[in-house]
Amino acid sequence: MTALLKVFGLNKSFGGVTATDDVNLDVLKGEIHAVIGPNGAGKTTLISQLSGGLKSDSGRVVLAGREITHKPAYARAKLGITRSFQITSLVMGLSVLDNVALAVQAQDGHSFRFLKPARSLTHIRDAAMENLNKVGLRGRADSLTSELSHGEHRQLEIAIALASGAELMLLDEPMAGLGPEESALLVAFLKELKGERTILLIEHDMDAVFALADRISVLVYGRLIATGSPEDIRNNDEVRHAYLGED
Amino acid sequence: MDYTLLFVQTLNGLQLGLLLFLVASGLTLVFGILDFVNLAHGSIYMIGAFICASLTLLIGNFLWAVVIALPLTGALGFAIEKLVARRLYEKDHLDHVLGTFGLILVLETLAHLLWGPAGITVPLPLWLDGQIELFEGAVIPSYRLLIIGTGLAVAAGLVWLVNYTRLGMLIRAGASNRTMVSALGIDIQTLFALVFALGAMMAGLAGMLITPITTASLGMGGQIIITAFVVIIIGGIGSMKGAFVAALIVGMINTMGRSFLDQGFELFMSEDAAETAAPAVSAMAIYILMAIILAFRPQGLFPPRVR
Amino acid sequence: MLKLSVVGWVTFVGMVALAILPPVFLWTGHAFYLDLASRLVILAIAAVSLNLILGYGGMVSFGHAAFIGLGAYAVGIPAHHATWGGFEAVASYNGLFHLLLAVGISALFALITGAISLRTKGVYFIMITMAFSQMAFFLFQSLEVYNGDDGLTIDIRSELPMINLDDPLQLYLLSYVSLVGAMILVKIIVNSRFGMVLQGAKGNNERMVTLGYNTYFYRLTAYVISGAMCGYAGFLLGNFTTFISPDMMHWTRSGELMFMVILGGASTAFGAVLGSSTFVLIEEFLSSLTTFWHLPFGLMLIGVVLFIRGGLMGLFKAGGK
Repeated sequence: MTALLKVFGLNKSFGGVTATDDVNLDVLKGEIHAVIGPNGAGKTTLISQLSGGLKSDSGRVVLAGREITHKPAYARAKLGITRSFQITSLVMGLSVLDNVALAVQAQDGHSFRFLKPARSLTHIRDAAMENLNKVGLRGRADSLTSELSHGEHRQLEIAIALASGAELMLLDEPMAGLGPEESALLVAFLKELKGERTILLIEHDMDAVFALADRISVLVYGRLIATGSPEDIRNNDEVRHAYLGED
Repeated sequence: MDYTLLFVQTLNGLQLGLLLFLVASGLTLVFGILDFVNLAHGSIYMIGAFICASLTLLIGNFLWAVVIALPLTGALGFAIEKLVARRLYEKDHLDHVLGTFGLILVLETLAHLLWGPAGITVPLPLWLDGQIELFEGAVIPSYRLLIIGTGLAVAAGLVWLVNYTRLGMLIRAGASNRTMVSALGIDIQTLFALVFALGAMMAGLAGMLITPITTASLGMGGQIIITAFVVIIIGGIGSMKGAFVAALIVGMINTMGRSFLDQGFELFMSEDAAETAAPAVSAMAIYILMAIILAFRPQGLFPPRVR
Repeated sequence: MLKLSVVGWVTFVGMVALAILPPVFLWTGHAFYLDLASRLVILAIAAVSLNLILGYGGMVSFGHAAFIGLGAYAVGIPAHHATWGGFEAVASYNGLFHLLLAVGISALFALITGAISLRTKGVYFIMITMAFSQMAFFLFQSLEVYNGDDGLTIDIRSELPMINLDDPLQLYLLSYVSLVGAMILVKIIVNSRFGMVLQGAKGNNERMVTLGYNTYFYRLTAYVISGAMCGYAGFLLGNFTTFISPDMMHWTRSGELMFMVILGGASTAFGAVLGSSTFVLIEEFLSSLTTFWHLPFGLMLIGVVLFIRGGLMGLFKAGGK
């Protein structure tokens, strides 16, 4: 299996606090790679550095052989990375379908087009609807995003990530705030994506992690202390020590 | 190059810069700590000037008028905070801007009602109206030295207040974490009102100091507020240090621009062209500076640490 | 019967009233009301242009008065030189030239100031746009050749083919048709792909960037379009008042324009028109009562900010649900 994403010596500090400490990481094509670690370990910072939301102090990020270290976030998105947010990040004032359609539209050439009403573009609307269908939100397509429940928001985040068509999906705690039933559904859903997409997943829900992950990396105080199969990680002493009392 | 003129104009620029600092510091203090954008700050500057002017004519003593007008202006600030500002804190910055815009209209009309449409001229007391010869040919009004001295003293006082007193500590704490401070039992409401009043007094002081040189007039608030905003934008909104540095820069550019730009232009264009271009460019100079600085640092020169 | 929401009905009735009433006023000898309507409609065009970027784009520009002023001077300066000589290149009474100059200069000013301002956000953006508008004010105030603060008076209005701007009714009709055109244009833009990106960026910029949109360029484009449209309003205003002064660009004018948009309810097509109508009418009414009308006016503005959420159109929307 080839590496879709390669990360070399990534660093990031905020004032005196080191959030990312010399992280080296590979994400193989088609795998689900989970990143776990205690709270404050720097997981979201890492995702932001990969998606381009945060500028790294040093290090390199290579996507499908292309150097994307200095590329701004929107350019990385065009090259095949998408991310979901730990705290729901949607356009609340637009409808559910509009939100997904924007993800599709972004991949359909430039949007400096003024004449046709966007909502009349069937190829975009249909593609968007398809993605809503996949996550089970078809019935809520025309609802205002602000009216959805938290669980539905998390589903919408996934639908948007799918709709962007990106090869690499960076998912930041997609289960955050979901009840056991909803979590189970989402786990099943993500399992089906394996192979189709490549996923880097941050999660605290250990059941979900061990059900989904092909490989797991453990981040503690910004340092990657272990990477391996779920079995390896489960038996790793250093990891156990870091997690004592957690979860 | 007329070095005497250069020196005199430098002092002029320093004077203008320090007056601007007095106004801008109140503005940036209120924004930095209360997270409140106060467009009516210029109106307070104006009213401070008018109160002092009236008192001077009434009691015949400029200095005493300033001493009495200062707390009165502070009280005005206190009242504005209580009646208007407080209700706007919850809302977003645009609402602050619009609300205080309405407040400007109210305050200016009140000033018009109280003091009439013409301004008030206040003569300087004789002992302040002198001139000092610092060195050969460099004659400057002694009042200018007073303004410069006062400005520097207030700046020093602010540094001391914010960094070395309990009140200053509370102010800085309140800026970074309002809820924590009130949870500690400190009355945030009063703290904010005090900060607002302090800002008002400094703006008022600036207005009072400048009145003997120009006049107290209805339009002076509208004139100074935009320049004050340019200062805090350049300096970094919420930063005292930024306000100080930026105020001096702006004061210098404004003064130097007007005096020397035409000479500079004449180096490479005709006298006529320079005569038209120079006032136009010097009028725009501080905005051009602002644009250049923002092109490289959109947060200003010394942005305060993010909350 | 047309199937319209409450908002739709208000828009329809309002626009029809604006089409019919002012000419009627003129013919019944109340030319004053035609004048009032002209001013109202022209300012509405400016408000509509501001609403594009404020209501739909979330960009709080406090500097739109600059575009009105630039548009007006694009009429005044060429006319001035055509009358008094000098600056041969622009001396002209040709209305189409004035129009292109107005729109062009405004677009350029928007491009340059927008490119800088849009690198900032929030309060910074508000303040910077305000400062740029004031910069334009000071620039024109310092131009002695155009009378600086005293302003320019033009004796001859822009000469347009087929339309005689000296006839107040024709000026009004041109303004009205322009307003309708502006409203339609904004609606088309807002509903297009471009408009969706703009709305998305207003709601959640980070999300849009993550999707792959370079929102800076989309916003800048919208800003330029808005500035150009506002410059056109300035062209009309200059012709209407025939007196053009730097005061048109003062930041307080921007504030008034902002109020019209907010008062009427940002992000509805007719809201800007409703806002400018209310503003102009109240201003007219109050100033006829007292010279100190700024006082109740200011209090009213404060009241609007404190109590009316969503502006006047918000009231209609809520009622119509």
